Amino acid sequence: MQQKVSEQSGYFGPFGGRFVPETLIHALEELEDAYERYRNDPKFTEELEGLARDFVGRPTPLMFASRLTEKWGGANVWFKREDLAHTGAHKINNTLGQILLADRMGKSRIIAETGAGQHGVATATVAALYGKECVVYMGEEDTHRQRLNVIRMNLLGAEVKPVVSGSKTLKDALNEAIRDWVTNVEDTHYIIGTVAGPAPYPRMVRDFHAVIGRELEAQSKEKFGGDPDAIIACVGGGSNAMGAFHQFVGRPDTKLIGVEAAGRGLESGEHGAPLALGRVGVLHGSKSYVLQTDEGQIVEAHSISAGLDYPGVGPELSYLKDEGLAEFVSTTDDEALEAFQYCSKAEGIIPALETSHAIHYAEKVAKDLGPGRNIVINLSGRGDKDVEAVTEALDLYKTSSDVVGESATNPNGTDE
Amino acid sequence: MSNARGSNVSRLVGAFEGKTALIPYLTGGYPSLDGAREVGEAYIEAGGDIVEIGVPFSDPLADGPVIQGTTVQAIRNGANTDYCLDLAGGFACRVPVVFLVYYNTVMARGTETFLSDCAENGVTGLVIPDLPVEEAREFSALAAEADVGLCPLAAPTTSERRLEGIGAAATGFVYCVSVAGVTGVREKLPPQAVEILRRVKAKVSAPTALGFGIGSASVARQAAREADGVIIGTKLMQIVEKGGAEAAGAWLSEISDALPGVEHH
Repeated sequence: MQQKVSEQSGYFGPFGGRFVPETLIHALEELEDAYERYRNDPKFTEELEGLARDFVGRPTPLMFASRLTEKWGGANVWFKREDLAHTGAHKINNTLGQILLADRMGKSRIIAETGAGQHGVATATVAALYGKECVVYMGEEDTHRQRLNVIRMNLLGAEVKPVVSGSKTLKDALNEAIRDWVTNVEDTHYIIGTVAGPAPYPRMVRDFHAVIGRELEAQSKEKFGGDPDAIIACVGGGSNAMGAFHQFVGRPDTKLIGVEAAGRGLESGEHGAPLALGRVGVLHGSKSYVLQTDEGQIVEAHSISAGLDYPGVGPELSYLKDEGLAEFVSTTDDEALEAFQYCSKAEGIIPALETSHAIHYAEKVAKDLGPGRNIVINLSGRGDKDVEAVTEALDLYKTSSDVVGESATNPNGTDE
Repeated sequence: MSNARGSNVSRLVGAFEGKTALIPYLTGGYPSLDGAREVGEAYIEAGGDIVEIGVPFSDPLADGPVIQGTTVQAIRNGANTDYCLDLAGGFACRVPVVFLVYYNTVMARGTETFLSDCAENGVTGLVIPDLPVEEAREFSALAAEADVGLCPLAAPTTSERRLEGIGAAATGFVYCVSVAGVTGVREKLPPQAVEILRRVKAKVSAPTALGFGIGSASVARQAAREADGVIIGTKLMQIVEKGGAEAAGAWLSEISDALPGVEHH
């Protein structure tokens, strides 16, 4: 089992910590105190659980994916349907927990960073719910890739600030959000969207997402009478993976498999796989595996999915890797695109491109385990946001050649 | 190099004695690899007592857009840790040099190697903006062993309890951050700056230097009433961008003249 003692000091083994400018230390201490105070407070828990039920729609279902099970001819495939949570991804679990804390700490302004936009939408949503000012930093490149989510954030009343520094993606959005926080720390709470960043974020974000694994455990018992043989989740920063894994860490009968973005191939150098190819370093406030040069300059990551396009990873995942408590693999852009399409057609679910990485790798796991076993894919989000990006990548826009309603007597084609 | 004038650390602390230390900043490798040498020379000519060299890092999250921009350019110019050590070595026979360096750069080289290379090249102190004292315990011991001073930051948001830890860790000077914010020029000295300086001085014996936002003679003069040293970065980098080393040196001379009780080289 994990070292609970080292968690208290903000570390998971050698990973984690609090590597931030001095100005922020007070805010992190304040946040940690608030979290420790409220996490077991019955009123807090009641409010959070009530909103999770009535606002988010929890519990999300555990669904049998019969067509994929049949197609792959191996283990039974199950989907944990986080895509059905309000706003369309698991991200809402964490933002809800943090807005409750921010409210109790008396913070009037909320900031966040976002890659694929789902965390931004979730933050804008809870900020609206609690009547807080909200600013979301998003890499300029991602604002184009995820136009739909930018529109949603605007509708929810948030200001989306495009970030033009560096690689113009998630990494740079995090830098800018931290700079904003340093400047406005008195009235501002920073809702970090993943299990990265300085302590207490990695543990706190994980705890807010751990509801996924708790539900999964109960639902697995009900649906197939025991724990899953494997749980598979995509890994960018690692929030949906930690949420699904946490309840099962250290249980030898359940394999935990995280899928990173191999991008254009691990050997191409254009990927988002720090657990596969990174070195231990410090990025965005914690010590973890990081993609970097020998000199320590952070390398720009690449993935077709904006949410996996990140050169770092949450410190607890680094710990799970080094301790052999979870296995980490990777899937390329092309493989994810393939899974995106066949999942849509086979199961009637358009998954997020991030999630598609996990779905693709799940085929191998299902085949390796064989019939009669049960694997769960954490379906972290829905793919509406990715439709434009996928259309561009695959030249998908088409309609049937049979035109309906054309009339020989009406050459202008009107229906009148 | 450290033996010629006593230890690195005592040389750094000595620069604060009997005067307000003027500490100009330059980004290593900006505006060019040779240009940064000229900037440093101009600083020393203009009365800079300690030269602070920013070791360029791709993700400098404590810095505002001006210094961030110089950093990006410096990396493009090919600046790296080896270059910055060499740059430091060039200035170190005349003034103490401190590095502003992000912790990942230190880790990438290996902490012990980094520290011994610093000592070899006359880098007398380190400002590591993303290494708060809690994370610096092991590092402090290694730095002391290598005779490189540690210059921890204190901010207006720093608690009294933490000031004690910062005082204990400060073998160089305490870098007092004038505002809650990133680097960048501000119009006047904010009241929090005076307050943090007084709080640090009440608790800590190491010299204090005020940074973040000092961009005019009048602000520098106000700062010097409270601080043992004044750090100027963003404004100088703006001047270097527009007018090069010569302009920066000329401007710094005015600041130097304006500081009370400054003994020039």
